[in-house]
Amino acid sequence: MKEISDFTIIERRQHGPHYFTLVLRHSHLTPLLPTMPGQFVEVRVDGQPGVMLRRPISVHDVDPEAGTLSLLVQVVGQGTRRLSQLAVGEKINLVYPLGHGFTSDLRSPTSALLVGGGAGIAPLLYLAKVLKARGVRCTILLGGRTAELIPVRDEFRPYGEVCIATDDGSLGHKGLVVSHPAFAEQYDIIYTCGPTPMMKAVARSAAERGIRCEVSLENMMACGVGACLCCVTDTDQGHRCVCKDGPVFDITNMKKWYAN
Amino acid sequence: MLAVKVHNLSLKNPVMTASGTFGYGEEFADFVDLERLGGFIVKGTTGSHREGNPYPRMAETPSGMLNAVGLQNGGVEKFCSEVYHRIKHLDTNIVVNVSGSSIEEYCDVASQIDALEKIPAIELNISCPNVKKGGMGFGTNPDMAAQVVAAVRKVYHKTLIVKLTPNVTSIVDIAKAVESAGADSVSLINTMLGMAIDVEKRRPYLSTITGGLSGPCVKPVAVRMVWQVAHAVQIPVIGLGGIASAADALEFLMAGAKAIQVGTANFIDPAVTMKIVDGLEDYCNRHGIKDINEIIGII
Repeated sequence: MKEISDFTIIERRQHGPHYFTLVLRHSHLTPLLPTMPGQFVEVRVDGQPGVMLRRPISVHDVDPEAGTLSLLVQVVGQGTRRLSQLAVGEKINLVYPLGHGFTSDLRSPTSALLVGGGAGIAPLLYLAKVLKARGVRCTILLGGRTAELIPVRDEFRPYGEVCIATDDGSLGHKGLVVSHPAFAEQYDIIYTCGPTPMMKAVARSAAERGIRCEVSLENMMACGVGACLCCVTDTDQGHRCVCKDGPVFDITNMKKWYAN
Repeated sequence: MLAVKVHNLSLKNPVMTASGTFGYGEEFADFVDLERLGGFIVKGTTGSHREGNPYPRMAETPSGMLNAVGLQNGGVEKFCSEVYHRIKHLDTNIVVNVSGSSIEEYCDVASQIDALEKIPAIELNISCPNVKKGGMGFGTNPDMAAQVVAAVRKVYHKTLIVKLTPNVTSIVDIAKAVESAGADSVSLINTMLGMAIDVEKRRPYLSTITGGLSGPCVKPVAVRMVWQVAHAVQIPVIGLGGIASAADALEFLMAGAKAIQVGTANFIDPAVTMKIVDGLEDYCNRHGIKDINEIIGII
């Protein structure tokens, strides 16, 4: 079940110059539709000439009791810049929940590694929260070029051990996430979302070590529901829609994707 | 009040959806009462499975978008054996957009669709700008267009709609040619060939360099072409190109379209077609129009 709904911004948090969080609640106070970790919303960007299409943004957090849904957004273009100008009390229109999310119905005792880079950190918070509630032991490995490009790292602390890797060594381990000692440990499953080269490196390593792995892709999109076929990715079974068949894919059928 | 006829098709209202923007209808079932549509055109179907063009296939442009999907689809057999059975129960006009690289392929697909009881029409796509062979190649030359339409006419016995490209010197000449060759209706316009360049990366946004432009930016061109064609042929015209509101739809109807298709606007508001149906009803009420046909072609 999906719907088109107006949401009201009830809280806005800025994280350095590049990232902000919007906490949203249904404007008509109707219950949130069931939303899984890894799913996304399509946000209509109003009042910005030149922006016509909705912007796909992953669900950062859901609080079913409070009826709130959070988006962690990186300013990358004129659409996200316009969203960054919205204030508490203003409305935004969403189509949600969209896509195929992470596999989160794991049984404990299971160990999971969550690897996030840049804005790819966004969907991992809600995932960590759901996994923790299921008794899964989570290690959260966040990476970025520099410390200020790793937003909201403290929000993860209640849900597992948080490890940081930065290219310039400004925080945590100096180097790529795949060179962090925590990455070399054994896990039952690895989830990753972030820059494509990072996800491919994570997927290759997971495949070599025989660890189950899910990647969350981000391609340019129009419809968000599998109709326009604009956002396709290569898979071992041919082109698949990131919006509908993904954004989360098990790497079992993604050899062609991560090998390149 | 809103019922219209396009050849043998009876539409509850003039609002249809454009091929390639509405999947097989199912993708929009959470947002739209599919049976409130006059009809919908399912995505371009070819003789065999096609993977389409490499990513990136889309770029946003001012008041529009470019696409270069390249007819990705599962092929006609998959449509007939799987998709058809999931959607055939719907009480609306389901039209299959038929594409191909050769006259033989068009005829093969059309004859297989002809056998499907609940598909009352096909839309022959001789206007796709995103495939190397066939597609727009047939639709830019009156003789070629007439040849493919005449061949399909022999094997297809229901309503034959031919979708025209705007990327021609005279769309009227093409429309007349396909009318003479046996088309029952024409739909226009398909996308306009366009291109956009990412200056930071110094390369085109699309993997195919050029692609098809759609959205509000093409609407005035589409209205003009619908008006020209509607005055030049006897067969009904279906108008499309940038329609996003009831007012847009009314422009096409007044210019001579018997029905309209909504395309890119479905991506921005998945429920836009319902708003257009409501808006047409409201317009008729406000203007004392008892039958929408009263305003079709008044310009």
